[in-house]
Amino acid sequence: MEHYAALIVVAPFITALFAGLFVWIEERLSYPIVLAGLAVSVYSAIQVLIQVMAVGTLQYKFAGWPPPIGIEYRIDLLNAMVLCLVSGIAFLNLIASYRSVQQEISDRTGSYFTVYNLFVTGLLGVTITGDLFNLYVLIEITSLTSYAQIALGDKDRGPLASLNYIFIGVIGASFYLLGVGYLYMYTGSLNMADVAVLIKGSQGSSTVLTAFILCILGIWIKMALFPFHVWLPNAYTYSPVIFSRVVAPLMTKVMVYVMIRLMITVFGYDYIFNTLHLSEAVVWLATLAILAGGVMALAQKNLKKMLTYIIVCEIGYMVGGAWMGNQLGMTGAILHILNDALMTFALFLAVGNMVYRIEKVDITDLKGLFGKMPWTMGGFVLAALSIIGVPPTCGFFSKWYLILGAMEKGAYHFVAALVISSLICAVLFFKVFEICFFESGSHGHEHSSHGPVAIEEAPVSMLIISGLVSLSLIVAGVYSGTIVNTIILPFLK
Amino acid sequence: METIISIKPLLAVLVSLLVIPMLVSSSDKPNVRESWTFMAGIIKFLIVVSMLPVILSGKQIALTLFKIAPGADIAFRVDALGMLFALVASSLYIITSMYSIGYMRGLNEHGQTRFVSFFALAISATIGAAFSANLLTLYLFYEVLSLATYPLVTHHQDANSRISGRKYLIFILGTSIGLVLPAMIYCYHATGTLEFAAGGIFSGQLSKPSATVLLLMFVFGFAKAGIMPVHSWLPAAMVAPTPVSALLHAVAVVKVGAFSIVRVITGIFGVDFLLSFHLGAVVAAIASVTILVSSCIALTQDEFKRRLAYSTIGQLSYIILGVALLSPKGMTGGMLHIAMHAFGKITLFFCAGAIFVATGKKYISQMVGIGKRMPLTMIAFLIGSMSIIGLPPTGGFISKWYLVLGTLEGDQMIMLFVLLSSSLLNAAYFMPIFYKAFFCTKEESMFEDKIEEAPMMCVVPLLITALISFALFFFPQPFLDLAQLAVKGFIGG
Amino acid sequence: MSDVLSLIVAKYNYWLYVILMMIGLYGMIAKNNLVKKIVGMNIFQTAIILFYVSIGYKTDATIPILKNAHDAHGAAIHAADYINPLTSCLMLTAIVVSVATFGYAMALAVRIYQRYQTLEEDELRMRLSEE
Repeated sequence: MEHYAALIVVAPFITALFAGLFVWIEERLSYPIVLAGLAVSVYSAIQVLIQVMAVGTLQYKFAGWPPPIGIEYRIDLLNAMVLCLVSGIAFLNLIASYRSVQQEISDRTGSYFTVYNLFVTGLLGVTITGDLFNLYVLIEITSLTSYAQIALGDKDRGPLASLNYIFIGVIGASFYLLGVGYLYMYTGSLNMADVAVLIKGSQGSSTVLTAFILCILGIWIKMALFPFHVWLPNAYTYSPVIFSRVVAPLMTKVMVYVMIRLMITVFGYDYIFNTLHLSEAVVWLATLAILAGGVMALAQKNLKKMLTYIIVCEIGYMVGGAWMGNQLGMTGAILHILNDALMTFALFLAVGNMVYRIEKVDITDLKGLFGKMPWTMGGFVLAALSIIGVPPTCGFFSKWYLILGAMEKGAYHFVAALVISSLICAVLFFKVFEICFFESGSHGHEHSSHGPVAIEEAPVSMLIISGLVSLSLIVAGVYSGTIVNTIILPFLK
Repeated sequence: METIISIKPLLAVLVSLLVIPMLVSSSDKPNVRESWTFMAGIIKFLIVVSMLPVILSGKQIALTLFKIAPGADIAFRVDALGMLFALVASSLYIITSMYSIGYMRGLNEHGQTRFVSFFALAISATIGAAFSANLLTLYLFYEVLSLATYPLVTHHQDANSRISGRKYLIFILGTSIGLVLPAMIYCYHATGTLEFAAGGIFSGQLSKPSATVLLLMFVFGFAKAGIMPVHSWLPAAMVAPTPVSALLHAVAVVKVGAFSIVRVITGIFGVDFLLSFHLGAVVAAIASVTILVSSCIALTQDEFKRRLAYSTIGQLSYIILGVALLSPKGMTGGMLHIAMHAFGKITLFFCAGAIFVATGKKYISQMVGIGKRMPLTMIAFLIGSMSIIGLPPTGGFISKWYLVLGTLEGDQMIMLFVLLSSSLLNAAYFMPIFYKAFFCTKEESMFEDKIEEAPMMCVVPLLITALISFALFFFPQPFLDLAQLAVKGFIGG
Repeated sequence: MSDVLSLIVAKYNYWLYVILMMIGLYGMIAKNNLVKKIVGMNIFQTAIILFYVSIGYKTDATIPILKNAHDAHGAAIHAADYINPLTSCLMLTAIVVSVATFGYAMALAVRIYQRYQTLEEDELRMRLSEE
C-alpha cells in the first residue's frame, strides 16, 4: 500500500484528536484509541522500512502536489530506521507507562494522551518530511506539546522548568526558521532535495553560509549540545515519568537526525567538509560536550538529573562522530542514534519503575534496591553497562565506530574523551550500584536476623517492557554488524 | 591446519549460562539447586573433553556467531592453548562447586543462590574467553567476567567488601576500558583485523615506539594478570568467600588475565615481530620485577589468604615470563604453568578455607600446631606448596623445569636467576607454615590433639586437587601435549 | 561613508529585523519579570516573521490577488507584478505557533504565580534554592 508513509504520521494525529474528543464522552476510551493509533504507526513504519530496503528512496507527495510546489515525504534508509525507532519506542512506552500516568496525572489522563500522541506525531513528522518549512512546523508541534507535558510533572518545579525550556527552545527554533528563510531567498525553494541541487556550486555565497550557520545553531540548541544544553536537565527531570521516558530517548536523537539530514542531503558532504573548515572546531566542541556532560553528571545527587547529563554527554558523541568527516565517524553517529535511543529508553524505563515505587530517586533513596526490585535493577544494570560501553551491549559497538573514525582522522582528543567518558560513566553507575547493593537497611553480614528483603517490584506490564528493551540492547549489539551493513552503509553510499 | 566447524564451543559456554534460571527457581531447595550446578559442570567438562581428541590431532574447531565488522566478529576458535585453559577451568569448576557447598553451608552464608548463579556466569565467561577467536570476543568475555565476579567478590556486603569491591572495579574495569579498549581499536585501525594469527597481525606496519606502547597498554591493561603496579585488587579481593578466591583468583579471573596477555603476545604481535624489536625482554623484565617483589611481600603477610594472593601474583608473572622468553621451551613452560599453578594454588586456597570453616582462623600466626588437628588438610597443603615452589614429585616441577630450560635456550641468565631466587622465596614463605603446623611442641600448639577436619565436602575437593597436582608429575598429559602443540603453532607455524 | 549609509538604507528590512530580534533577546535574557521575558520572546519571534514577509516584497508590485486568472487567450501572468505570497503564507503558520507559545507561556506564568506569589526570577530562584 503506498499510503503507509502518510499513515505513519496521520494515524497518531487523528487518534489524538479523537482521544481529545472522547475526553468528554468516555474518558476511559482515550487510552485504547491512542494506543491503536501508535500501533498502526509502528506497523506502517516497519512496512515502509521493508519497502525502502527493497526499493530505495520512497517519495510520497501530499495531496498529489509534486515537489517543489507541494510538500513531500521522502524516506530513505536513515529516516526509515529512525521512524521505526520513534514509533516503536513511543508505542512501548505507552504500554509501560499506563500505570504511571494513573499515578501522576490522574485527573486528566484523557487530555494527556491526546497531547502525547500529538508529540509523537510531531517527532514522526520531523523525521519523515522532505520539506524545510514543514520541518519547522513539526519541530514546533513537538516542542509545544513537550512544553505542555513537562509542566504536568513535578508540581513545584515543572512549570518553571517548562518556561525556561520555552525560552531556549523558541530561540533555537527561530534560528532554524531564519536559516530556512535565507535558503529560500537564495533558492526560491523549500524542498530539501531541490534546495540541495540549487545550492550546489555556490560555495562562496555568504547567504548559504549564513543559512547553514543559523540552521545548525538552531538544531544544536534543540539537541542540547553543550553549551546550549542548559534547558535539558531541569526539563527532563521535572517532567512526569511517561514523558521523560519518551522524550529522553527520542527528542534529542531526532534532532541529531535533522542535523545529519541537513548535513548530508541539503548542504552536502562536499560543502561542509571541503568548503567550510569547521570540522575540527566542531569535533573539539563535541569533545568538550562529552567531558562537560560527564563531569556534571558526577556532581549530581538525583538519579534522574544524573541521567540527563549523561544524555548531554551522548549528544557529544553523535555530533563529534557526524562532524568527523569520514564514513566511520558518520556510521558511528548514526548507529549511536539507534543505540542511544534504546539505551536511554531502557534506563528511563527502569528509573520510572523506581519512581513508581519509591517516588523520590535521589541517589541516597536507592538503598538496597537490588533486593527490593531485582528485575528492575537487572534492566537498569544492562542499560548502564551499555552506556559504559561493555560488549556485547550495543553501546560498545557505536563507541567502536566512533573511536575508529576518530583514529582515522587523527582526532585523538576525541578518542580520549570517549574513553574518559566511559570511565566516568562506570564510576557514576557503580556508585549507584554500590548503594543499591550494599545498604539493605542492615549493616554487614547478619545471617538470619533479617530474612529475605521483601520484594516490592513494579507492576508486571512495566517489568515486561523494561526487560524486553534491556534485552534488545544485547540483540542490537550483536547484530550491529547487520544493521550497519544493511541500513547505514547503503545510506552513506 | 584443518578447521572443523562445530557448535561445541558455544554449547560449552552456554551450559552454565542456561542453568542460571534453574538455579534461581530452585533457590528454596538447596539440594536441587546444587545438583543443577553439578550437572552443568559435568556436562560442560564433558563437552570440553570431547573436543580434546580433535585438538590433539592438530586440528582446530571454529564457529562464528555474529559478524560485526570485517576481521572483527564474535567468534570461537578452539586451539591447543584455549583447550588447555578450558580443561583446567571446567574441571576445577566441578571441584570448586563441591567445595563451595561445604564451605557456604558450613558457615551458613546468606545469598547462596546469588552466589552460585554468578559463579555459573563467571565460568561461562571464562570458557568463552578460552575459546575466543579474536581480540574483540576475548575483550567481550573479559568484561563479562569482570562484571560477573563483582557480586562474588563483594558477597559479604559489609564495609570491607565495599572498599575492596571498589578497588576491584577501579583496577580491572579502569584498565580494561582505559588501556585495552583504545589499544584494541588502534590495532584494528592499523591492520583491519583482530583475529589471532600465528605470526601476529602487524606484518611490519608498526614502528618500534608504537609497538612498545601498544604492548605495554595490553600488558598493564589486562590487570587481571596481576602485573605490578595494577595488582592491588588481588589482595583486596581476598575479602571474598574462599571458594571465590579459590576458583576465581587461582583459576578463572587471574588466568584469563594471563591468558589474554599470552594471546596478545602470540596472536596479535607474534613471536617473530616481538623478537625483531626485542620487546620480549621488556615484558620479561616487567614480569620479573613482579615475581621478585610479590614474593618478598608474601613473606611479610600474616593473613593466610593474603600470602596466597601475593604468591598468585608472582606465579602469574611466571606464565608471562615464560611466554615473553619467546623460546620454545620457555613458552611451553609458561603455558603449562597455567595448568600446574591452577591445581596447586587451588589446593592451597581450599586449605585456607577449610581451616577457616573448621577453626575460624585466618592468620598464620594462629595456625601453630594445626597439623595435629587437620592432618589431611595440611598434607594437601604440603603437596600444593611443593607444586608452587616447583619441587618434584609435583606437577609444578615440570613447568618450572621447562621455564628453566627456556631461559637457557635463550641464554637469558638474568631470568634464570630470577626463577631460581623466586623459587627460594616461595619455599621461604610456604615451608614455615607447614613446619609450624606439624613440628611444634605441645605448649606452642594452639590446638588440641584430636583430629577434627572441616566438613567432608571441603576436605574431599582439596584432597582431589592435591592428588592431581601429585599425579601431574607422572602424567603431565594432556596439558604438556597441548602446550607443545600450541607453541609449535605459534613459533613453527 | 555614503556607501555604508546607502547599504544600510537599501537593506533596511534586515537591519530592522536584527534590531527587533536583539530587543527581544534582551528582554528574554536581561529582564527579571517573567511576563517581560515572555513578551521579549514574542518580539523575537515577530522579528523573524517580519523578516520573512519583507522578503516577499518586490518594488512596484501589488498584492497577490489575481483577477481574471484564466485569460481566455492564455495570456501569461507577470510574476514581477505581484509580491510573493508564499512567504506570507508560511508566516501564517509561524504566527499561529508564536501565539500558541505565547498563550501557553502566559498560562505557565499564571500557574507559577499561583504557587509562588511572585513573577520575579531572582525571587523565584531564591525560593527554589530554599526548598
